[in-house]
Amino acid sequence: MKLLIKNARVIDAKSNLDDQLDVLIENNKIAKIAKNIKDKDAEIIDAQDKVLMPGFVDMHVHLREPGYEYKETIKTGSMAAAAGGFTTVCCMPNTNPVIDNQGVVEFVISEARKTALINVLPIGAITKGLKGEELSEIADMQNAGIIAISDDGNGVMNADLMRRALEYASMLNILVIAHSENNDLSFGGVMNEGYISTKLGLKGIPTLAEVTMIARDIEIARYTDTCLHIAHISAKESVVLVKRAKKDGLKITCEATPHHFSLTDEAVLGYDTNTKVNPPLRAKADVQAIKQGLKDGTIDCIATDHAPHAESEKDVEYDHAPFGIIGLETALSLAISELVEPGILTLNQLCEKMAYNPAKILGLDKGYIAEGSNADLVIFDPEKESIISLANFKSKSKNTPFIGRKVKGAVALTISNGKIIYQAD
Amino acid sequence: MNEWTRKDLLGLEELSAQEIELILQTAGSFKEVSTRSVKKVPTLRGKTIVLFFFEPSTRTRTSFELAAKRLSADTLSIATSTSAIQKGETLKDTFKNIEAMKVDAIILRHSSSGVMHTLAESMGPSIINAGDGCHEHPTQALLDMFTIKEKKGKIKGLNVSIIGDITHSRVARSNIWGLKKLGANVTICAPRTLLPREIEKMGVNITTDLSKALKGADVINILRIQKERQKAGLFPSMREYAIQYGVSKEKLEKYAKKDVLVMHPGPMNRGIEIMPDVADGTYSVILEQVTNGIAVRMAVLYLVSQANSDEQEQ
Repeated sequence: MKLLIKNARVIDAKSNLDDQLDVLIENNKIAKIAKNIKDKDAEIIDAQDKVLMPGFVDMHVHLREPGYEYKETIKTGSMAAAAGGFTTVCCMPNTNPVIDNQGVVEFVISEARKTALINVLPIGAITKGLKGEELSEIADMQNAGIIAISDDGNGVMNADLMRRALEYASMLNILVIAHSENNDLSFGGVMNEGYISTKLGLKGIPTLAEVTMIARDIEIARYTDTCLHIAHISAKESVVLVKRAKKDGLKITCEATPHHFSLTDEAVLGYDTNTKVNPPLRAKADVQAIKQGLKDGTIDCIATDHAPHAESEKDVEYDHAPFGIIGLETALSLAISELVEPGILTLNQLCEKMAYNPAKILGLDKGYIAEGSNADLVIFDPEKESIISLANFKSKSKNTPFIGRKVKGAVALTISNGKIIYQAD
Repeated sequence: MNEWTRKDLLGLEELSAQEIELILQTAGSFKEVSTRSVKKVPTLRGKTIVLFFFEPSTRTRTSFELAAKRLSADTLSIATSTSAIQKGETLKDTFKNIEAMKVDAIILRHSSSGVMHTLAESMGPSIINAGDGCHEHPTQALLDMFTIKEKKGKIKGLNVSIIGDITHSRVARSNIWGLKKLGANVTICAPRTLLPREIEKMGVNITTDLSKALKGADVINILRIQKERQKAGLFPSMREYAIQYGVSKEKLEKYAKKDVLVMHPGPMNRGIEIMPDVADGTYSVILEQVTNGIAVRMAVLYLVSQANSDEQEQ
């Protein structure tokens, strides 16, 4: 089976490509990239006025399986990912049971093989049961197929344990993803601490909870000469710390989420529990710093932290609602509206943030377009305007504060492993 | 102008100065009812009002209940221990059930800030906030303002100091909104650990020095300090708090104006935030606050019920 994509604006960050070209896909590989390709046997996809990029790579999602299948499954999560232009996602281990041993890793991989439309790569827990007490069997999980380790959802409060995790992981050459949160400083908090939390009478989570932990983790990485990826940075001072660490030559990378560059804590006015997320939506100055960090390269990639929750779980008091926002199906349009349209990122840089860099950080041979490479691709219309609406979501959950928001940019078609897995109506 | 159109009273932040004045004015005309030998008017006859208290309360609940009864409404009081919340029902389910029983107003107190803001939009009955978390307690601030106005003849231009745990106080927030709207100068005073972040943006003066808060004050409103805050590490001891922030007659007479009013929303910790010689002294209007609370709550119940009936007729 052959697919021939005609007249696409092909953008690839790795080769710094931005040109009107045709792309021929044969079996599951990109066979040819050139102008005016002709092939009578191929199914033609007209991509006039559309952009073709490598399929997006999301290194931070929650697919909730096993244990919370009422929120999302590997299957529905992969459908949401496909609809958002993602062809590879890494799922966090805060499932039930936790992905902290070979058995659960194998379950996720086998479930993904059976039901997922895209590449689903599990992330193992740093510590058993995400309890922050003892290291998980990291080498064993690596043999079973994990792509990285993280205790996402919890900060590893014990600094010595974090040191040992980084040392042990560096020996195995596996990436550690830090959820940087000092639980003492964030305890009981439900939103960003600042004027809005003061006004609303909600307990705040100070930026300090994130910043002090990032500072600690950077110093542990420096001392142990190890790699560290910092998840979902949200505070101005976090960007400063990572920038300096990079300048010092440390192997530190980090990600930011679409909600952290699209919304401030003012979104919480009115107590919509769909704005409750950890780290919380921050103040204007923080949002500006995140955008600046994406622009100057301090922030390497965009990750969604797709965190589905059932409607009934969110339909409670703000204090009692779970943290999390779904993000796979809104990421591209938010990135285009908030970053590309205002001139913060070029489309080529967007490609770097959403495909090439996350793949590179994870050590995956993905996230770029070249003849002979795997055909994981997304075609999108960067100009198409739409209003984000519940009706279109493939995700099982609907917890997003972006309903009704006017955005630009829409996925037209997603190809994974040479097959069309999503096509917009 | 001078028209009340809201079916709910959720907080003072969203009210205009005119709306606040209207409530105070209406309360003035209801105050007399409680002085009669037959303390009842037929205003809300046939209306059903539910008091739903998810937190313990004596003063506020009694005050609301008496206010409703003196307006001839039928009242029903529900406390958490007897509600379905204990059986795992969500708050929304509970409210939908109460609504289905065709009640006219729900007076709600809850420990979570903002609970009624998300509920009120989808509910037919009037929702009246009797205190939500650390957010607002509008009727308390209204009765405080009513008392100030009654005693001082005005609010505009007065120096009002609020002393105590501002971070966790819904009384403080509602008072700040209301007093600022009516033109008072508001100063808040607490140890730094009990001042919420960026509170200055609410337009208040801030001090951690009690003598500065007392100096030149026309009114001081003293908040209750809870023992659990000390246990949470927010200040060293009740003893130290009493020494630093406890308001005594001596301090009052040294710093405050001769005709200063002392208020407290209750319940008081005598000897901690307020010394007995102040609580029971000549400056205190604490019991008058309680009396005025009924008139203010009658006014609120009357106004929201009228607005809600008008809305349903249209």
